[in-house]
Amino acid sequence: MKLHEYQAKELFADAGIPVPESHLADSVDGVLEAVSEIGYPAAIKAQVHVGGRGKAGGIKIATTEDEAREAAEAILGMDLKGYTVDQVLVEQGVDFVDEYYVGVTMDRGEGEPVAMVSTKGGVDIEQVAEEDPDAIAQEHIDPAFGLHPYQARKVVYDAGVPAEYARDVTAILSTLYDLYESNDASDIEVNPVMITSDDDVIAADAVMNIDEDALFRHPDLAEMEEDAYQNDLERKAGEYGFDYVRLSGNTGIIGNGAGLVMTTLDLVDYYGGTPANFLDIGGGAKAARVANALDMVFSDENVDSVVFNIFGGITRGDEVAKGINEALEQFDEIPKPVVVRLAGTNAEEGMEILNTDLVQVEATLADAVQRAVENADEVAQ
Amino acid sequence: MSIFVDDDTRVVVQGITGGEGKFHTGQMLDYGTNVVAGAVPGKGGQEVDGVPVYDTVDQAVEAEDANASVVFVPPAFAGDAIFEALDTDLELVVAITEGVPTQDMAKVNKRLGEVDTKLLGPNCPGIITPGEAKLGILPGNIFESGNVGLVSRSGTLTYQVVSNLTERGIGQTTAIGIGGDPIIGTSFVDALEAFEADTDTDAVVMCGEIGGEDEEQAAKFIAENMDTPVAGFIAGRTAPPGKRMGHAGAIVSGSGTGTAESKISALNDAGVPVGDTPEEVADAIEDFL
Repeated sequence: MKLHEYQAKELFADAGIPVPESHLADSVDGVLEAVSEIGYPAAIKAQVHVGGRGKAGGIKIATTEDEAREAAEAILGMDLKGYTVDQVLVEQGVDFVDEYYVGVTMDRGEGEPVAMVSTKGGVDIEQVAEEDPDAIAQEHIDPAFGLHPYQARKVVYDAGVPAEYARDVTAILSTLYDLYESNDASDIEVNPVMITSDDDVIAADAVMNIDEDALFRHPDLAEMEEDAYQNDLERKAGEYGFDYVRLSGNTGIIGNGAGLVMTTLDLVDYYGGTPANFLDIGGGAKAARVANALDMVFSDENVDSVVFNIFGGITRGDEVAKGINEALEQFDEIPKPVVVRLAGTNAEEGMEILNTDLVQVEATLADAVQRAVENADEVAQ
Repeated sequence: MSIFVDDDTRVVVQGITGGEGKFHTGQMLDYGTNVVAGAVPGKGGQEVDGVPVYDTVDQAVEAEDANASVVFVPPAFAGDAIFEALDTDLELVVAITEGVPTQDMAKVNKRLGEVDTKLLGPNCPGIITPGEAKLGILPGNIFESGNVGLVSRSGTLTYQVVSNLTERGIGQTTAIGIGGDPIIGTSFVDALEAFEADTDTDAVVMCGEIGGEDEEQAAKFIAENMDTPVAGFIAGRTAPPGKRMGHAGAIVSGSGTGTAESKISALNDAGVPVGDTPEEVADAIEDFL
């Protein structure tokens, strides 16, 4: 789960990391009011979960009221890589002389967190990692002990941060690690840490992603989640508790288990179709959940055909069949053709229950996917 | 022969009195697994399907001479349950639980380096040596005893590939689900190493997916250390970057690491054929045998 910049900055400020003065606004008037309090220059920054906001036109600097109005009108309501901008952060412009990178993330390969510092901040750090990996100093952290103070100093000095700023950058890194640990973050980073013309060290941007599996112990952060969905379908999936990703194709896909659903997507592509979504109903789904899944996929206007691929382990074929019947029997006419493939636990019982007047049945994964792709092609014509 | 589990494996089920724990204990017993004890704090003295329950894993191991555990404990307590198992000198711990916080697993991972116990998972379907023992939630009826090893990050994809094998009369020595989380115990390399050492395993199927670099490391290991032929499958070719595809670990990062292309080409370079479909994986295995 991604936090917005303004949400992360609130956490940073509360923990003692220096951030520029800022106000959140959702209207042009709100922006002008904020700017009148903060003064010029001011940065107007779109609050959406998208990387590279600046390049995409989501961040503008204003030095006059006219510019502020122009920026607010341009950014509020704009579409930024599929996200509509509803809120902007209006922030004091900073006169800086240098930009650094400071972050903590989980190193999957090592299975432990790693702290990273670079004096090449202000640009895409993944690009720096590719082109000049030595420019990023790293220090792995034993999660049982946390980041030792000496380690924080070491990584800052290794990165080549000048002595006069080292203490402040070290303090920011140590606080970032504390926030990373206490909030179950998966990543936390400041890019850039700015060195101002007054020699102050401040966090000019803030990225913080939270481990969704740990939200149960962070109810305050869980509350921030609802406005993080990209579209209505993803919000609906969140309410139903599905793992769901919307894609751009027209063959809807429902299955159980992440690996098998991904494979079903890949096979739709392999047989010449285009997947409309990833939808994993999870293990052990009961009939109502199956019906909800069909409802979700039907309500996606891009979907022309649906393939249901279930290989039961803990999921039972008879429950799935009941759910499909329930979902489809409410329609006078089935809105989109549905192909069903049931295998594994209670698949035979499921096949006996399944109302085959309403769905097409295929015995193998390959046949089911091919039929669904054909259906999609026919409907689309 | 087989790897990690056989009919001598004696199992304690952590969380045996919960819904899933109870149901799958029954399923494991039906399959013939030696489930000798359960462990649930506060439930010592009870029985589930005739299996005695103890308050701690230590007591269960002591009383029933168990050498493996299966964890069905809810995510909030699973990290602690795995620690308890690791501190009890078991040979194998199988963590089924999905949704264990990653930072809890980082701490577990650190501990794993200090003990001899193997961990499978978390967020895995478990392990089965057909006809001998099943630890976890895999549907026993689709497996058949034979000479092909299988290791996979995904549960239901394992079932799909196994059924493609079994339909052709190709049985399995052992099938292992290593789990779909970012930090897991046993890796592809650990499982491949064990299959390579197992004289009854004549070929191995490896089912990977997007995210991380475990498949690339496995490819390197295969090229340098394996004589047993391996066929592969990689799920997630059509996954967009930055989106978590169900499994917490199944995500292609914005910078393009963890892609299916990178994994497939690493495996191909190591001489491993990678099927476009599960059927093609079974074709490749049939060619090896």
